Amino acid sequence: MNTVFDRPHALCDVVLHYCPGCTHGIIHRLVAECLDELGIEGKAIGIASVGCSVLTYNYFNCDMIQAAHGRAPAVATGAKRADPSNIVFTYQGDGDLAAIGTAETVHAAARGENITVIFVNNAIYGMTGGQMAPTSLPGQITQTSPYGRDTKTVGYPVKVCEMLSQVDGATYLERVAVNDVKNVKNAKRAIKKAFQNQIDGKGFSLVEVLSTCPTNWGLTPDKALKWLEDNMMPYYPLGVYKDKYAEEAK
Amino acid sequence: MSEKVLMKGNEAIAEAALMAGCRHYFGYPITPQTELTAYMAKRLPKMDGVFLQAESEIAAINMVIGVSAAGKRVMTSSSSPGISLKSEGLSYLAGCDLPAFVVNVQRGGPGLGGIQPSQSDYFQATRGAHGDYRTIVLAPDSVQEMVSLTVKGFDLADKYRMTSMLLADGTLGQMMEPVSLDVGEITKYDKPWAATGTKMERPKNIINSLSLIPEELESWNLTRYERYKIVEENEVMYEEYMMDDAEICIVSFGITARVSKNAINEARAKGIKVGMIRPITLWPFPKKVLCEAADKVKAFISVEMSMGQLIEDVELATRCKKPVLLCNRCGGVIPSPQNVMDSILEADKIGGEQ
Ligand SMILES: Cc1ncc(C[n+]2csc(CCOP(=O)(O)OP(=O)(O)O)c2C)c(N)n1
Ligand code: SF4
Repeated sequence: MNTVFDRPHALCDVVLHYCPGCTHGIIHRLVAECLDELGIEGKAIGIASVGCSVLTYNYFNCDMIQAAHGRAPAVATGAKRADPSNIVFTYQGDGDLAAIGTAETVHAAARGENITVIFVNNAIYGMTGGQMAPTSLPGQITQTSPYGRDTKTVGYPVKVCEMLSQVDGATYLERVAVNDVKNVKNAKRAIKKAFQNQIDGKGFSLVEVLSTCPTNWGLTPDKALKWLEDNMMPYYPLGVYKDKYAEEAK
Repeated sequence: MSEKVLMKGNEAIAEAALMAGCRHYFGYPITPQTELTAYMAKRLPKMDGVFLQAESEIAAINMVIGVSAAGKRVMTSSSSPGISLKSEGLSYLAGCDLPAFVVNVQRGGPGLGGIQPSQSDYFQATRGAHGDYRTIVLAPDSVQEMVSLTVKGFDLADKYRMTSMLLADGTLGQMMEPVSLDVGEITKYDKPWAATGTKMERPKNIINSLSLIPEELESWNLTRYERYKIVEENEVMYEEYMMDDAEICIVSFGITARVSKNAINEARAKGIKVGMIRPITLWPFPKKVLCEAADKVKAFISVEMSMGQLIEDVELATRCKKPVLLCNRCGGVIPSPQNVMDSILEADKIGGEQ
């Protein structure tokens, strides 16, 4: 019998702890498929961050390092510089990457660090139970913005791809979503490109993936997908924000 | 004996690190240790090494974590306020059982403090950041010892998979002395635990400090403390100076130990029997020799550039068997030999009742 669908080798055969309907799992699968297809699992070093995805070190089949909250790009810098033939990627949430780890993110990009960053933007702090994230939308109700995010007092969401597009050192920045089949396929293409860039020595690549948190958004999985589409996608438009080599080729 | 060269303390540490096989350095400028960073910036690129000026001390220590996790020798250096920022990383290094070499060329504090020498990070160095863990703390008192303890520091870090910290101060960092760079054989350690890529040939390695199961986390701590116990048994270093017949024992490390030696020589000329135990490892602390000395001397004097930090370890080690006087200056002021002499005279008055 022909196997038409299987677990990627780079994804461990374990039960993921994510909530039902959480799209972290889809993103894991996409990353693992890319590691398989590019044949880089044996060279890969994944950096797990602090957030719901902290346990990714149990999920990817490659060597893994668990970093402190926000520090994954700095740890990745060390792991990459220790041996540039390593394929080093981080997997970070929005609190991790765009709040506590903003400096590490911006400067890894500014240095053109040859790493791949998978940035999961779910507009909330999932792991700690649904507090306001740097990417929470204006008006969004969270545990620490119970009356809705008031831009007058706490300011506006950080748009990571837009911000990093101003950083000369960044190579490739794309925002994708995993809310439907078409977008999932597109996300896979972007993630694969972000790894291919590293293999080709092209420098800092970041893929921002709009993701759901049905649990802390207080929505069913299907309504969460709809919320992402109706609320996040207009505020965080999908697309390529920077592609240095494509620009140079023009 | 090999030829001696005249070197500044900060540069001697850097050169010794290179000789110990360190090819990765991450730092952030801060007085009074900047020469070390600058030395690495000059030398490492010429020897296929990695020098990187990080965006902060937090980033630097996390880059250290990345290199160490990938199995290579690596270091960072800073001065007091910068070490505070590295503290998070020091705790993670311990939790992940990663080797690293960290230098603190101390300046006066707290806060931004000053840029003159100090020993007021003693508690921070020997106690550390959050969680149960230990750091090997090495305290040189000369540029030559900065060389030997740097080489030793890398070795101990790899041997026990932990951080060793060279705790110097602004005076030692800035001062020039002739040194021999003959550092002897460098031991290489296998690191089968490192994240070097599975090459699809072995199960994956995980470098991690998280466990959500209390019993598991406890067992990790217990295993780690078994290792620490071996360190305490085997790696204590100290120097005894004129202790054979001493009635007063000075305890001091680093630059204040040198000041104390001058005062001891002066006091001896006056017929006062004073000696010194100079801890070279601040952790593991030379508890045993101090405890034994407490049965022989009538008083101890802790000579330090802090508001009474070292003294707590002296009191603990001697189990308060004898009085411990504090002779100290702080904020960047070095105690003078006269300051020490005054304390010796005071200590000498004690003891009719002994
Ligand atoms: C220094 C530090 N501060 C705070 C925390 C607590 N903490 C754990 S996860 C988290 C938020 C993570 O949110 P995000 O990065 O958005 O990831 P998500 O859980 O949503 O996937 C916080 C604040 C921590 N572990 N360390
Ligand atoms: S809390 Fe949110 S982000 Fe975390 S696993 Fe559950 S749904 Fe996913």
